[in-house]
Amino acid sequence: MATTNGSINGHSDGHSGKTIALHLQVWRQKNSTTKGHFENYDLSGVSTEMSFLDMLDMLNEQLTHEGKEPVAFDHDCREGICGTCSLMINGYAHGPDEHTTTCQTHIRSFSDGETIVIEPWRARAFPPIKDLVVDRTSFDLLIQAGGYVSVSTGGVPDGNAIAVAKESSDKAMDAAACIGCGACVAACPNASAMLFASAKISHLALLPQGQVERKNRVANMVRAMDELGFGNCTNHGECEAVCPKEIKMDNIARMNREYYFAAL
Amino acid sequence: MLDSKVPSGPLAEKWDKHKFESKLVNPANRRKFSVIVVGTGLAGAAASATLAEMGYNVKTFCFQDSPRRAHSIAAQGGINAAKNYRNDGDSIYRLFYDTIKGGDYRAREGNVHRLAQVSVNIIDQCVAQGVPFAREYGGMLDNRSFGGAQVSRTFYARGQTGQQLLLGAYSALERQIHLGTVEMHSRTEMLELVVINGTARGIITRDLVTGAVERHVADAVLLCTGGYGNVFFLSTNAQGSNVTATWRAHRKGAFFANPCYTQIHPTCIPVHGEDQSKLTLMSESLRNDGRVWVPKSKGETRRPEEIPESDRDYFLERKYPSFGNLVPRDVASRNAKAVCDEGRGVSGGMAVYMDFADAIKRVGEHTIRDRYGNLFDMYAKITAENPYETPMKIYPAVHYTMGGLWVDYNLMSNVPGLFVLGEANFSDHGANRLGASALMQGLADGYFVIPYTLGNYFGSTKSEPVTTDHDAFKEAEAAVNERTNKLLSIKGNRTVLSFHKELGKVMWDDCGMARNKEGLNNALKRIPEIREEFWQNVAVTGSGDDFNQTLERAGRVADFLEFGEMFAHDALLREESCGGHFREEHQTEENEAKRDDDNFAHVAAYEFNGYGKTPTRHVEQLVFENVKLTQRSYK
Repeated sequence: MATTNGSINGHSDGHSGKTIALHLQVWRQKNSTTKGHFENYDLSGVSTEMSFLDMLDMLNEQLTHEGKEPVAFDHDCREGICGTCSLMINGYAHGPDEHTTTCQTHIRSFSDGETIVIEPWRARAFPPIKDLVVDRTSFDLLIQAGGYVSVSTGGVPDGNAIAVAKESSDKAMDAAACIGCGACVAACPNASAMLFASAKISHLALLPQGQVERKNRVANMVRAMDELGFGNCTNHGECEAVCPKEIKMDNIARMNREYYFAAL
Repeated sequence: MLDSKVPSGPLAEKWDKHKFESKLVNPANRRKFSVIVVGTGLAGAAASATLAEMGYNVKTFCFQDSPRRAHSIAAQGGINAAKNYRNDGDSIYRLFYDTIKGGDYRAREGNVHRLAQVSVNIIDQCVAQGVPFAREYGGMLDNRSFGGAQVSRTFYARGQTGQQLLLGAYSALERQIHLGTVEMHSRTEMLELVVINGTARGIITRDLVTGAVERHVADAVLLCTGGYGNVFFLSTNAQGSNVTATWRAHRKGAFFANPCYTQIHPTCIPVHGEDQSKLTLMSESLRNDGRVWVPKSKGETRRPEEIPESDRDYFLERKYPSFGNLVPRDVASRNAKAVCDEGRGVSGGMAVYMDFADAIKRVGEHTIRDRYGNLFDMYAKITAENPYETPMKIYPAVHYTMGGLWVDYNLMSNVPGLFVLGEANFSDHGANRLGASALMQGLADGYFVIPYTLGNYFGSTKSEPVTTDHDAFKEAEAAVNERTNKLLSIKGNRTVLSFHKELGKVMWDDCGMARNKEGLNNALKRIPEIREEFWQNVAVTGSGDDFNQTLERAGRVADFLEFGEMFAHDALLREESCGGHFREEHQTEENEAKRDDDNFAHVAAYEFNGYGKTPTRHVEQLVFENVKLTQRSYK
């Protein structure tokens, strides 16, 4: 055996940092037609260096050994960019840390013996699938309503033929950074998708490329929000507070302005 | 002998000539052809949208809950294009040359030149879609230099370039879904390829929510399913990234090329413990300002800030004065490993420092925050350390796989009708990929290559009418059901995760950054043993007609357990070092990779001979008409 690659999978002590015990209350729901409930689980020896999802992996290993079915939860990149992970942790979308996705949340943010309540996103437009997994297809449908520039491949001008002021470009990028996780909807008492929709509308309204379809885009996306069962905005600001990518409510103001202009 | 079908003629004219000579499908006839696209990363989303725009009937599949989540989204640094906007000597030929050299002369000249040619169109396309690339104050596009290039040709959108490019392709795809030209199936996994009369004609899928196994027929199948880095368990890939689609196609006859070519990225956050599920990359753009060092002596106990200059070894700057910290990824990774093997690693021995103190002194913390703010924040979130004050700790991790299904110049595998795009194919990066070239290849294949080569295939091939009632569909569906039932019926004592970890450890120890005969033979002994135990003793809970993540994972790990053996086999037979493939027996006196061009300037493509059987090794000789093969030197 080559000994020269360094042990990545095998740390001698198994953990670095200290370990704590946690009491978990996890939402279990067999499927969309069955009523859900909380189950209690105790987990000990949880390293504070672990990510929140590493901890759920550990719980699932324990459940599998006990012959029980593991907890279903959505996750993929585990580096805060794909937007798949989606947990309500102690009542906060993505948990206690500011501007941080569930997957980037670490156990060091919790204390020994703490009870952690873990629930799925709850919104009419995000129907449940199983346990902590919900269906966010409504976000794709919202983009389909107009969240794009209608250009086909080929026949476009040189990249530098379209000058964009750095300030507009930076602001467009701030809005475009949205990862589509749905925390804004989950945190909103009205389950509104205003922050998500307005981020896309702002991104394209701020750029010259988005001008041609500007009015139709906002009109169509706002109509789609209603049709998909999202609520309206009543300025609670929960969405901005939980957004892992720091998308600002300014975007909602811009969307409203765009909407009025589109109606004129 | 494999025929690459690279067109004859001068390098710069090959692609134009080939496009002209390709058969066309007239716009009114395109709706008569159907295409299956598996995967919605840059390659899959770009191909789906573009083919639908042209008028083909497209069915697209992804295992994620939305096509926007494919792992292309995680690419940070940027995308190369030979625009020469900086007036600093870049050209299509230079991008071609850098890519061939960076790949250690193990890629096809024709493919790589085409990639460099269409790179300029990609930027135009993405700008038109509204991708918010970084801009200068005058409104023009900004560039940065990246990963071993001596020109500034990398376009970027902060540290989220992959995200913005993917959202561009995703928005084009969503537009087509809205128009009804693409039928999208998310949360759906491809589990078999259906081959009829030697031609790829469909796939079998499992709906991951309901468990329904379904048949889909088409005139061509495009696999855009990414790389196989998760065979190592710990990698920078997403949890769901897997080899299943390409491995299932391999089992149906598609050759797998150069599986041993793996990229170990030098700047990742080090491992912290046994229960870790994933490694996180820090963009190598950081190496533009970060200086990499370790203490000069073993057993150093002082904090990094307390170690004086005289006791530090800036080993990359010392060994490679002209490229310094910007040497290619494989060179940077091996050198980090070498100093750690000497016992000079920090933080438990498996890490080196990347220090920004000098850069902060030179340009100010504000500028560094502007350049890398989101990366520094990410590092702080994961490690709870402030990289503005103390050096980052980094160590190499598995990041990208250059190997993949063998394809010809048309991106078609040896199975007619089966096309492979992006990281899933083997074609453009040779034995090592340069930074900011993965995004370029994914989009090149999807937007600008497949629309021509697929048309040529349809225009020159008579597709027989086939329905999903064909026996081949029944058999493939039965195979999927049988495998699912088998996995659920074992009811053993070990978790799927434990098998994946065990395989990953063997792969990392014996097929990782440095490989030797003894280690590879050990891997070839161990992997079948782990696989045997898996099929005797794995515990898969739940049922098949339900949302069952354990079952999904079990199927993927089962495929990794077959694939890993072929990987080790290829690494053993390639008796040379090249790019990311480093055989300890083959190194220069200065410990650099030593190629053997006389015997190994070829692609090795493997043919499946049955479960557990040694695959047949086919060879495609690489032809170099334009570049001279030299020892790479970054000194």
